[in-house]
Amino acid sequence: MNQLSLEERLRLHGVSRRGFLKFCAATASLMALSPAMIPRIAAALENAKRPSVIWLSFQECTGCTESITRSHSPSLESLIFDAISLDYHHTLQVASGDAAEHAREQAMKDNWGKYILVVDGSIPLGNKGFSTIAGISNVDMLIETAKGAAAIVAVGSCAAFGGLPKANPNPTGAVSIDMIIKDKPIINVPGCPPIPVVMTGVLAHFLTFGTLPELDHLKRPKAFYGQNIHDRCYRRPFYERGQFAETFDDEGAKKGWCLFKLGCKGPTTYNACATTKWNGGVSFPIESGHGCLGCSEPNFWDAGSFYAPLSTPIGHVAQNAGYALAAGALAGAAIGFANKQKSSQAIEKHEEITVNDLIKGETK
Amino acid sequence: MNSATFLIWVRETGFLIASSIFIIGLTIRFFEIFMLGRKKDLSEPKGCAMRGGFKTIFTRFLPQDSNTFQRSYFIIIAGYVFHIGLLVALFLLVPHIELIRAALGFGWVGLPTPVVDFLTVLSLISMLALLWHRLTNPVLKMISDAGDYTAWILTFLPLLTGYLAYHHLFFDYTWLLAFHILSAELLMIMLPFTKLMHTFTIFVSRFYGGAISGHKGVQV
Amino acid sequence: MSAPTLQKGLNAFAEQIDAPIASFFSSCVHCGMCADACLFYTETGNPKYTPIHKLEPLRRFWKQEYTLMGRLKKALGLSKAISDEELEEWKELLYNSCTLCGRCSMVCPVGNDLAYMIRKTREGMAASGHAPIDLVGASNRSVTIGSPMGVRLPALQAQSRKAAKETGLDIPFDQVGAEYLILLSSMEIMNYPEYLQAIAKIFKQAGKTWTLASDAFEATNSGIQIGVSDIARELVSRVVNAAEKLQVKTVISPECGHAYTAIRWDAPNLMGRKLGFKVRHILEVLEDFRQSGLLKTEGLEESKITFHDPCQIARRGGVIDEPRHLLNLVSNNFVEMNDHGKMNWCCGAGGGVSANEEAHEIKIKVFNRKVTQLKELKVDTLVTACANCRIQLEEGLEEYQIDLPVVGLTEMIAEHLVETK
Repeated sequence: MNQLSLEERLRLHGVSRRGFLKFCAATASLMALSPAMIPRIAAALENAKRPSVIWLSFQECTGCTESITRSHSPSLESLIFDAISLDYHHTLQVASGDAAEHAREQAMKDNWGKYILVVDGSIPLGNKGFSTIAGISNVDMLIETAKGAAAIVAVGSCAAFGGLPKANPNPTGAVSIDMIIKDKPIINVPGCPPIPVVMTGVLAHFLTFGTLPELDHLKRPKAFYGQNIHDRCYRRPFYERGQFAETFDDEGAKKGWCLFKLGCKGPTTYNACATTKWNGGVSFPIESGHGCLGCSEPNFWDAGSFYAPLSTPIGHVAQNAGYALAAGALAGAAIGFANKQKSSQAIEKHEEITVNDLIKGETK
Repeated sequence: MNSATFLIWVRETGFLIASSIFIIGLTIRFFEIFMLGRKKDLSEPKGCAMRGGFKTIFTRFLPQDSNTFQRSYFIIIAGYVFHIGLLVALFLLVPHIELIRAALGFGWVGLPTPVVDFLTVLSLISMLALLWHRLTNPVLKMISDAGDYTAWILTFLPLLTGYLAYHHLFFDYTWLLAFHILSAELLMIMLPFTKLMHTFTIFVSRFYGGAISGHKGVQV
Repeated sequence: MSAPTLQKGLNAFAEQIDAPIASFFSSCVHCGMCADACLFYTETGNPKYTPIHKLEPLRRFWKQEYTLMGRLKKALGLSKAISDEELEEWKELLYNSCTLCGRCSMVCPVGNDLAYMIRKTREGMAASGHAPIDLVGASNRSVTIGSPMGVRLPALQAQSRKAAKETGLDIPFDQVGAEYLILLSSMEIMNYPEYLQAIAKIFKQAGKTWTLASDAFEATNSGIQIGVSDIARELVSRVVNAAEKLQVKTVISPECGHAYTAIRWDAPNLMGRKLGFKVRHILEVLEDFRQSGLLKTEGLEESKITFHDPCQIARRGGVIDEPRHLLNLVSNNFVEMNDHGKMNWCCGAGGGVSANEEAHEIKIKVFNRKVTQLKELKVDTLVTACANCRIQLEEGLEEYQIDLPVVGLTEMIAEHLVETK
């Protein structure tokens, strides 16, 4: 089985050549590649020998794994996993204990320098003991496993940016992968969770070209994270017209008006949700009537209430204004008093001016 | 710092700093002015100082007469268009109203964004015209100082960044939004200490000026 | 007695700055509209005459001494201190090219009363020895002789005798208990004796008692013009004391702009107390008479006439409707100038400019504003109610070679009085 190419294995699963090419075309369009690239993707996938993938899960909720595995089965997204050799994934693997860790070490040894390391979850640096696997702390396991990796895919916002574990006050001292690993190519696939096809698309790109896709300033593949949700949102015309839902059950909400006032973070979120959508293209949060949380953006967890509009300040504005007013009144009274003193002193110092005091050098 | 964390900083820490300095600065400035006081006018009034003062607050929104308008039409028209655009963008754009609602607990109905957008463009054009006027008119050249140009930049930047952000022009929207908020915060910080203070003291100076006339029975 | 020093000048600035001034400077946006309202700018095109620019020394002082940021800058040595040289440079702007007409105050979109501030800046200018020499001289004559033009009581007595002869009426002096105390300006005594005659006739017809005060006949006040409150107080107190000694009910300011300001508005504030009598401008009194039916006139002026509002009486004094009612009483061909009433254009000689020889050239130059206004109207007679304006109007018309008689409103009314046997 391991020696079969992807296409052969797809055949075994009853996927036709036509269906396979359709997947290649979809992947190409998703990654904004030219149609000329479709045969190249097909050829690469047909001939790809299953690279070894080690999947490490640290401080995470398994949502990312759920997302990728719970896609419509048997979907092409799940099948693509047949194209890789998932040698270690402690949620999915059968082995446990020593055997599990042994599998990781073996895979590393066998594929040194060539395997792909997928990580979900953030790494606690506050105390190594906060999160361990088989007695090995997350940070040690990451550093050790990263050494022989060809590339690292940080899946989910926790691995990419620190995620909810990093939320203020960050009790575990959680950090993202790229805060620890500096010498390996890292692809961030953020989202809470990421869209399944985005994860598979990144892997497809790597299989096809053997290189990383083009990344943005946050190391996210531009093909998926180059689009602004607000720009692609089907509710945008309501924003332009100034028609907003004020509550989740008012007329505006029923009519599908813009959710900006209900805290939608679409304008500052870059992801493929509005075009690729979720659950096999069924819907995405805004279409379901809830504003975007901006879950694929750094620190979205600390960006104030999910239900506060993007244009509002974060924090206790009114309380602070009260303090500022009190401080201003105190300082103002002191300065105002000094001004008054200066003015009164000037009046006291006034020497009566007579007609004889008006010409310089002519004092009489 | 990336755009998302920068946006959070300007929305949280930046706003905290800016609003504090704004409020403290304004309060200090008002104490500075009012605590100087003024002598009670002992002369027998011919008209009502209070009435003249309060009336002038409103009447001075318009030029005194058509001749004054003709003599200063450029500054009056450009000034009006600029101020209207600025105030409409500031107070009638929905995201700004939401900010006011979050800060003060109440808000009002906004205008459709294309209307605000149009007035913002007019406002930007007027500001450029006013800058050109300031740079070329002999009187304005003579009386303008660094403070005038600082105030111009402080006012122009939020309008410009707001316009660019709304249209998602040239830069990443998150950066633009963050810079827009930052520029507005700079404006808030500097307002009490520049001629932009007229935003608030205009009502005070008009009152005093009008009261002086009103006391003497001059119609204002 | 001590020499004027910069320190005294700055101390005067510190005394003068009050809440209105602080609010005015805080509000100014440097829009330049005050320039378009100032005849010294419109007639010369020189931007240095922009009213707000004339206030630059006071503004800088306020900023450095009365604002937090200015104080910080000063403490850090980042601001330039106000120097004698600078004040000397500004002397021309604050005295020669400002008549305190207050037209700029009327157009300022933020409501700044610039004339109020210039008047106060002059306090610092005078205290630091930067007042024009001619105004110093006029003040000196006012204090020592009793009149800026050096007019003494005998001159007035001579005019009074002449007036008594002309009118056949008594010219009363120092009548205790008279209802009205009449004040005169030196110019009226020397140049326009018709005024005194008109007063005698009008009051006779109205049946009102009046008097002159031999120790306080001069209404003008050089202290107001040069900007020395101490001198202004000294001068105005003579009038106040005389009026209270004679127990008059009302003191009448003559046809003179700044005299009205001095006695009507400044006197109580200079004295620091309310006055025991009322102060009215002669036009207000005449209008009172008209309304009470005490002013009976006959005949109408046939010629086309217009009225030049003296700034201190109209825009700075609120006497705007009164002259119009009076003019319509004796004329059926009264027309308004393009800008009139509170928006009139200054003659160019008020606020001490007429007494200041250094300002002679520019005062004639800016008179062009009035010439333009008059050319638009083509009137036969120009009426006014300020002797100072009247001299400037006559001199200016002469310079611009325009033949147009200038008449005082009070005299014009007097000429139309119904003859009483």
